[in-house]
Amino acid sequence: MSHFEINLAMETSASPLDFASSPINRGLSAEQKIDLYRQLTRIRRFETASLKQYNGSKMGGFLHVYIGQESVAVGCASLMGENDHMITAYRCHAHALAVGMSMNECMAELFGKATGCSKGKGGSMHFFAPDKNFWGGHGIVAGQTPLGLGLGYGLKYKGLKGAALCFMGDGAVNQGAFHESLNIAALFDIPIVYIIENNGYSMGTSQARSSAFKDCLAQRAEGYDIDWDLANGSDLYEVRAKVNIAMERARNESRPTVLEIQTYRYQGHSIADSAHKKYRSPEEIQSYKDNHDPLNLWRQRLIQENLLTEESAKKIDTEGKLEADSAVKFAEESPAPTVESITEDVYWETDNTTEASKIGRYFFND
Amino acid sequence: MREIEYRDALNEAFDEELARDENVVIMGEEVAQYNGAYKVTKGLWEKWGDKRVVDTPISEAGFIGMGIGASMLGIRPVMELMFWSFHSVAFDQLVNNAACCRYMSGGLINVPIVMRGPANGGTNVGATHSHTPEGLFAAFPGLKVCSPATPADAKGLMKTAIRDNDPVYVMENTTLYGMKAHVPDPADGDFTIPLGKADIKREGSDISLIAHGASVLRCLEAAKILQNEHGINAEVVDLRSIRPLDQDAIIDSVKKTNKAVLVDESKPFCGVSAQIATLIQEYAFDYLDAPIKRVCTIDAPAIYSPYVEADQLPNAARIVKQVLTIA
Repeated sequence: MSHFEINLAMETSASPLDFASSPINRGLSAEQKIDLYRQLTRIRRFETASLKQYNGSKMGGFLHVYIGQESVAVGCASLMGENDHMITAYRCHAHALAVGMSMNECMAELFGKATGCSKGKGGSMHFFAPDKNFWGGHGIVAGQTPLGLGLGYGLKYKGLKGAALCFMGDGAVNQGAFHESLNIAALFDIPIVYIIENNGYSMGTSQARSSAFKDCLAQRAEGYDIDWDLANGSDLYEVRAKVNIAMERARNESRPTVLEIQTYRYQGHSIADSAHKKYRSPEEIQSYKDNHDPLNLWRQRLIQENLLTEESAKKIDTEGKLEADSAVKFAEESPAPTVESITEDVYWETDNTTEASKIGRYFFND
Repeated sequence: MREIEYRDALNEAFDEELARDENVVIMGEEVAQYNGAYKVTKGLWEKWGDKRVVDTPISEAGFIGMGIGASMLGIRPVMELMFWSFHSVAFDQLVNNAACCRYMSGGLINVPIVMRGPANGGTNVGATHSHTPEGLFAAFPGLKVCSPATPADAKGLMKTAIRDNDPVYVMENTTLYGMKAHVPDPADGDFTIPLGKADIKREGSDISLIAHGASVLRCLEAAKILQNEHGINAEVVDLRSIRPLDQDAIIDSVKKTNKAVLVDESKPFCGVSAQIATLIQEYAFDYLDAPIKRVCTIDAPAIYSPYVEADQLPNAARIVKQVLTIA
């Protein structure tokens, strides 16, 4: 049994709910529901295009794609208000697009171009958009979990009613920084939602081989007296319903939550992970695609609700593909950063040529 | 002339900055109700309350990362490491998140935090509690590092560090906390010292002793001996700030004296003094009348034994001896 089947079994026995009827979903307009579909397809199309370009040697480094997990980032971002903030790990493209970053700046960053969201200085794992309350994009497993705590701390300090959404993979739950963060979150009443995007594998090691747990990973929160829950990530309604409860807890009670969302990635940990069909069976991957794919399920749902037809859904998908193609073209045609730009964006003071920046030597090049 | 202790000078800096900016928060282990492990934050919790002076659990990665995250939203955390030696359990936060987030975001983010605490040997606490990581952290672009040797420098640099919009790591010294010296009266106006500006603590003509932190005081002791017993007039250059670095002050002094001994409580391999040595050979090579010499902590983990720890560290006798090899 895969992690997904185990937990799905728990889900169905505990909560045979139709989350479409939860208050946060009842309030969705037809247009909003269709837009959620658009976001899902845009992300899949972006990731598919980036995968193709990576394989065509158009970018360097690593590429961790999100295909299969789209409902998590989209569902969460759709709940964010002006005082809600988001931070995640290195599988960050979907979160970036979901909060409203453009495909152009994201693809250009992957290509290492000066027009990228980080001017080509961050790369695939390090996208940021503070103006959209998106704080990265972090490369070290669980390294972002104390930062997310800080976003919640900042909200509370300023007396703002908001929630910090801090995403992590299932491999991150075994890092010390995460446990330190949970303790502080509970102790200081920090308005944070830790979202474990459980795709079953920390790189090539399955959940069963990497984590000790009783029923699920989020349950570990009990030891810190933190509320926790488990959600089926293939159902966008359920993601929104359960994340919303956690965000409301943060906003109204200033209390943390650990929410584990069961999901799956079709590709390897990164594109370099060519052995991903060895540590899991092709049947497992196919079964997820056939039965749990969040895009297919959402499309079918909206067709059932008479909000989409196969044709209109296809049109949305085509638009996503064209947008991604156009982003590739933009990235290809964009200029590379200059060598001079390497020492920009290191210090606020030198970037802003303040009086302080003129005192003493900051850089020690030949 | 008002004289106060180094720890009280720091305390005064925190108090003034807490009053000046409502976003300044003092954070760390035992900084609030316990008044600080070394009483540097004494009385601040009582005066400023729970919101501004915060006791954290013993979770350096957790609370330092939290401070970094909060700083992205405009909070200005001043965080204490009870010993800088404990940096190792929070290294990812200190060198990835604090130093690199600005860069990796293409300049969209800045991290206005202060990390502070003592970084010194000499108190017989063994290797795990005696690290001097100023050179280590100065090696990470994006970070600023300073190391004050006197109460006045401690106050002036700390106030500047708190106002700075980049991460500043201030390395204090437990052996200096009780040192009393002149610090300008707050009634005489706002007192700050810029980063990147060295201070000539003793003018001299025969040799430059270049140091930071407590080693500056060892140099001053050595200079007295050199003057009285050997007729050598040493100049003592206190770097104060490691990065940004006052290269001009170093080069000017060497051009004047033509000889340099670098005194550095960090270890010799790639320590601060190694960087200074390369700058001197690059920018004042033709002015040197002798090889550059160094007095560093003897190259081994910090020894516990009270009988010999003082000899592992730079001290006046070792400095005098080294000076006499080239003077």
